Amino acid sequence: MLDPVEALTSAFPQAMEDTYEFRGEITVIVAAENIVEVCRHCRDTKGLEYNFLSDVAGVDYYPQEPRFAVSYHLYSMVHNRSLRLKVFLPGDEPELPSVTEVFPAANWSEREIYDLFGVVFTGHPDLRRILMPDGWDGHPLRKDYPLGYETVLFSFNFDEIDKHKPYARE
Amino acid sequence: MGVTSKLGDLGIVTVRLEDAVNWARTRAMWPMLFGLACCAIEMMSTQASVYDLSRFGMELMRPSPRQSDLMIVAGRVSRKMAPVLRQLYDQMPDPKWVLSMGDCASCGGVYNNYAIVQGVDEIVPVDVYVAGCPPRPEQLIHGIITLHERVKQERITDWA
Repeated sequence: MLDPVEALTSAFPQAMEDTYEFRGEITVIVAAENIVEVCRHCRDTKGLEYNFLSDVAGVDYYPQEPRFAVSYHLYSMVHNRSLRLKVFLPGDEPELPSVTEVFPAANWSEREIYDLFGVVFTGHPDLRRILMPDGWDGHPLRKDYPLGYETVLFSFNFDEIDKHKPYARE
Repeated sequence: MGVTSKLGDLGIVTVRLEDAVNWARTRAMWPMLFGLACCAIEMMSTQASVYDLSRFGMELMRPSPRQSDLMIVAGRVSRKMAPVLRQLYDQMPDPKWVLSMGDCASCGGVYNNYAIVQGVDEIVPVDVYVAGCPPRPEQLIHGIITLHERVKQERITDWA
């Protein structure tokens, strides 16, 4: 059983940007262009064998820069341990390679991140919206996306809201 | 029902046409189940034997819009579901009614955000709103009875 930080640092010295550990959870920050090779290395190397991608998650750190992050939560069924790979992306046109060729399970997760954060996964076989309607404008989980679209209704502002509220006809 | 006369043993009842039609419409108003969230559980409970919606001629919750008269929208309607709901409403044959069950379907409820339609009346015309989160079966039955009373008031001159 290899130490994942040592193994990845020796295999990809240029791709490793940072690592930290919080309560036994190891996080490795990887350069965006190397994420596919790092995932493949984690999956196939004897002693690491992180063979299960349990989740891919997007994060918006607005207004920090780099603004977006994508976390890959890997799990090793062989060694019963987890590893988190994290990629930071710029706020302007966030883009990174898709890991679907290594972990097919990433397909829908990456679609979800594309849908809700607007992160583009290059090489994804079918990058469409998955939760929101197809013609949706914007990416709702971004921090600068407006939260609601109707003012909270009270008795004193009922008439004002009701004036603009659409009502269906037959 | 306004029975005006009864002739001997022939069993003929004369009644105004609109009363007879409204009686038929209220006594066999088949609901279309549109369970979207937790309100649907209460709707199923209303249908089940304790509250027994069959007493009001609603034996069948039709999953098909072609065979239903009343659409019970039970639960929050997401923006992605909205076109589906409207299409199913358009597929229902006239006369048709819509009952908005619960706060979420009536006005968006606690979900004042981008994903939820702020009241199903933005998509389809609603006849009766039932408040509650979720409404108890008694409240749903009350809403249905309210709708029945409204249907009984309909006049032949208003029919299209």
